[in-house]
Amino acid sequence: MTDELIAISILWGFIFIYAVMATMDFGAGFWSMIYINRQQTNATKIANRYLSPTWEVTNVFIVAIVVALFSFFPRATFILGTVLLIPGSIILLLLAIRSAFLVFAHMAPTYEKVLTYISGVSGILIPALLISVLPITHGEFIETIDGVSRLRLDRLFTSPHEYAFIGFAIASTLFLSSLLLADYSNYADEMEAYQVYRRDALMVGPIAFIMSLLIMVTMRNEARWLYDGMMDYLPWLIASVIMFLVAGAALFLPSMKHKGRKGMPRLAVIAIVLQYFFASYAYGKAHLPYMIYPDVTIQSGFTHPNTFRALFITYIVGFIILFPGFIYFWRLFMKDRRYLQQEKQK
Amino acid sequence: MDHLLTARSLFGTTMAFHIIFATLGVGIPLMVLFAELLYQKTKDRDYAIMANRWTKGFAILLGIAIPSGTIAGVQLSLLWPGFMEVIGKVMSLPFQIEIYAFFVEALFMSIYVYAADRIAPWMRILSVTLVAIGAMASAILITNVHAFEGTPAGFRIENGEIVDVDPWAAFFNPSFVVTATHVVLSAFMTGAFVIASIAAYKMLRTHNHKRLYSFHRKALMLGLTVGGIFSLLTAMNGHESAQLLHEYQPEKLAAAEGLFETQSHAPLAIGGYTDRETQSVKWAIEIPWLLSFLAGNSFDTVVVGLNDFPEEWWPPLFVHTLFNAMVGIGMLLLLLSIIGFVWNKVLKRKEFPRWFMWPVISAGPLAMLGIEFGWIFACTGRQPWVIYRMMKTEEAVTQSTNLGTLFILFTIVYIFLFIAVVLVFKHYFGRHPVENELDKHQNHSLLV
Ligand code: HDD
Ligand code: HEM
Ligand code: HEM
Repeated sequence: MTDELIAISILWGFIFIYAVMATMDFGAGFWSMIYINRQQTNATKIANRYLSPTWEVTNVFIVAIVVALFSFFPRATFILGTVLLIPGSIILLLLAIRSAFLVFAHMAPTYEKVLTYISGVSGILIPALLISVLPITHGEFIETIDGVSRLRLDRLFTSPHEYAFIGFAIASTLFLSSLLLADYSNYADEMEAYQVYRRDALMVGPIAFIMSLLIMVTMRNEARWLYDGMMDYLPWLIASVIMFLVAGAALFLPSMKHKGRKGMPRLAVIAIVLQYFFASYAYGKAHLPYMIYPDVTIQSGFTHPNTFRALFITYIVGFIILFPGFIYFWRLFMKDRRYLQQEKQK
Repeated sequence: MDHLLTARSLFGTTMAFHIIFATLGVGIPLMVLFAELLYQKTKDRDYAIMANRWTKGFAILLGIAIPSGTIAGVQLSLLWPGFMEVIGKVMSLPFQIEIYAFFVEALFMSIYVYAADRIAPWMRILSVTLVAIGAMASAILITNVHAFEGTPAGFRIENGEIVDVDPWAAFFNPSFVVTATHVVLSAFMTGAFVIASIAAYKMLRTHNHKRLYSFHRKALMLGLTVGGIFSLLTAMNGHESAQLLHEYQPEKLAAAEGLFETQSHAPLAIGGYTDRETQSVKWAIEIPWLLSFLAGNSFDTVVVGLNDFPEEWWPPLFVHTLFNAMVGIGMLLLLLSIIGFVWNKVLKRKEFPRWFMWPVISAGPLAMLGIEFGWIFACTGRQPWVIYRMMKTEEAVTQSTNLGTLFILFTIVYIFLFIAVVLVFKHYFGRHPVENELDKHQNHSLLV
């Protein structure tokens, strides 16, 4: 593998992890808003219990992506930074409001409702905006005059392609998060919450799937180069569809561990993560070598080789140091039943 | 406002907002750690309650520190793409390593807050220690980028191309150690004084409630002790920072002191404002020879004046005031600590007089102002350069327009968040007064 490929793979890895963690994070905020008035189901409490310790960690990933981007691909960052000023700023503002109110909602229970609404709604808008970075890199919305790049917002927001992505982001957010929360409540033996989230997952799943088809259809018209590229990776796309079906089936099969329970949510979560993994692998591979079509490739935007080498070493050292921390964190919040089942938190 | 000025104002506002929460994010964990250690040592439950309450305050602050920092990080690329292209190629190591520090902090902060009741005491201490280390490391690393802007190293620009890149030489640029130390020391000092301020305020209000009063008194003593130690260290290290300016950024020192003519036995000008026309500092108190001595430890050190530089390289002259304000605050707080120390340890008086509470109450806000003045001085004093003698700020700025609207939007959101955080503090600590905790034995989760 060349340095460029290693770098783009690391970046892609961060984006994938963030995409999965963030959809769950944003979606959980949304669900905790939806079910806030249904005290009997605990659905909100489950969502919050997942959300409280994780959102900070999730947030670090977004910073990690930005840092990886400008340290590996300074040239691409230059152009992206220029064209993304407006959408990027809006995302930042929403993110700030949301994170702040997420914390405040816990601290000031009297205002919990309004605070939860703010964080829930902004949590659904952010993924919609974040994903717009993808169609922007497809090239046709960037206009370069006299060496100055500009984003054509008018073209962006009249493009069906963009709307397909937005729909996909929202549907995926709700889908992944309801699945994860179903699994989480199942593990915590919160049956009403489990039923609620399982039903939600079954409802939104097909919508997310249709949206992904819409992306392909609109891509065929608007970014033909990418569409053709993705067709070269058809087996990956098919594998992705199969995983979607596996997840669907897993939600109907009887549980092996618990008699009388319907669904194996853990299996469904794994299958869905694989589904997204395969699909985004195909997308990413087809996108190469372009970072931003057609001007910036991973080669043209690459950092200085000495810097790359130094960075790479810190990645390895950092990973070795952090890994035990992540494992410990996981065991305390995802596996420890004392945390999951604690009585009504006050 | 022209484009560049708007960009500078927007970024400066973001940083000025972030630094409030960032500084406390470095300073408070240290205080929590001290309180935890004191609790383990003395078994006095008051210290456990302090650690608990400060952690809650810290968790509220994090709700702003993290998103505002995220804004700062992304805004660098959005507003200064030219600068970040160089940073990406040469100086990305600190940013990258900072990510690991953020992870350490975020992971162990959640563990400390949400799993406190399920982990052993030593693990709790380890967790806060890691939070404190993580916060400190992120401050050191980001300051390193700032240090690099003042004393760039590890690359050359040849015909517009970046060549001879040595990322570790850039990392260990000449002012890294001194500058990072200054930032960390001043953050520790500020965190401690903010705690002392709150305690002093509470003492004034609870002086006829013995139990509460003694609780706040312990917090006050801890805050004053830590604050005193670190204000001494900050001042000593600040002196070193100034000598570094003398060596590497002479025009910044000249602007800070309002010195126009190059001279040995240069005087130190305190107060006043720098007048461009008459090339003098008006209304200032001048102490002969002192500047030379401060700059180079001897009276015949030659200090370079502004006139030795082309005028378009001069930093804005009002930085003199900012610099004076920072140093003045430093001296004041140092004096305050010394008085407190003498009163308590030398004269062995147990109680501070009531009037003494007022200066202590102002110590926290003053220290925070010191941080703001210091930063604005350091960043504005670097103008017109974004990377000293390598890249002008105007070459780094984004080519996109419409910054004005964004400036207004961001400012509104900062004001809004600031008000919200104040309200949440009032609400939370109003509903959970320390009285409740002093009598109830509490052993469950620290948060909510
Ligand atoms: C409570 C805050 C505080 C206090 C009391 C002081 N400082 Fe400071 N100072 C800072 C907080 C600060 C800071 C905010 O942390 C800065 C801004 C940039 C930096 O590196 O640290 C800073 C920068 C800074 C610089 C500029 C460095 C540069 O431009 O690269 C100098 C020369 C000094 N300081 C010197 C001093 C002296 C001589 C002090 C004597 C008491 C002093 N500071 C007290
Ligand atoms: C956190 C406290 C900080 C504050 C309050 C602060 C304040 C400011 C202000 C007021 C400006 C505008 C200067 C002017 O144009 O007159 C500025 C610019 C800038 N600062 Fe800082 N700053 C801080 C920290 C940092 C750090 C740690 C870095 C390093 C990453 C940094 C990098 C920059 C850059 C790149 C600019 C824009 C280019 C320039 O104007 O030179 N700042 N900052
Ligand atoms: C010297 C001034 C600064 C200090 C002392 C400082 C310190 C801190 C601290 C303590 C936090 C809280 C992190 C946590 O508690 O988890 C934080 C957050 C953050 N800061 Fe700053 N910071 C400074 C300037 C900057 C600048 C200039 C940038 C941008 C380049 C920046 C980027 C960030 C980011 C991205 C976060 C959020 C990290 C997360 O997601 O957890 N900081 N900073």
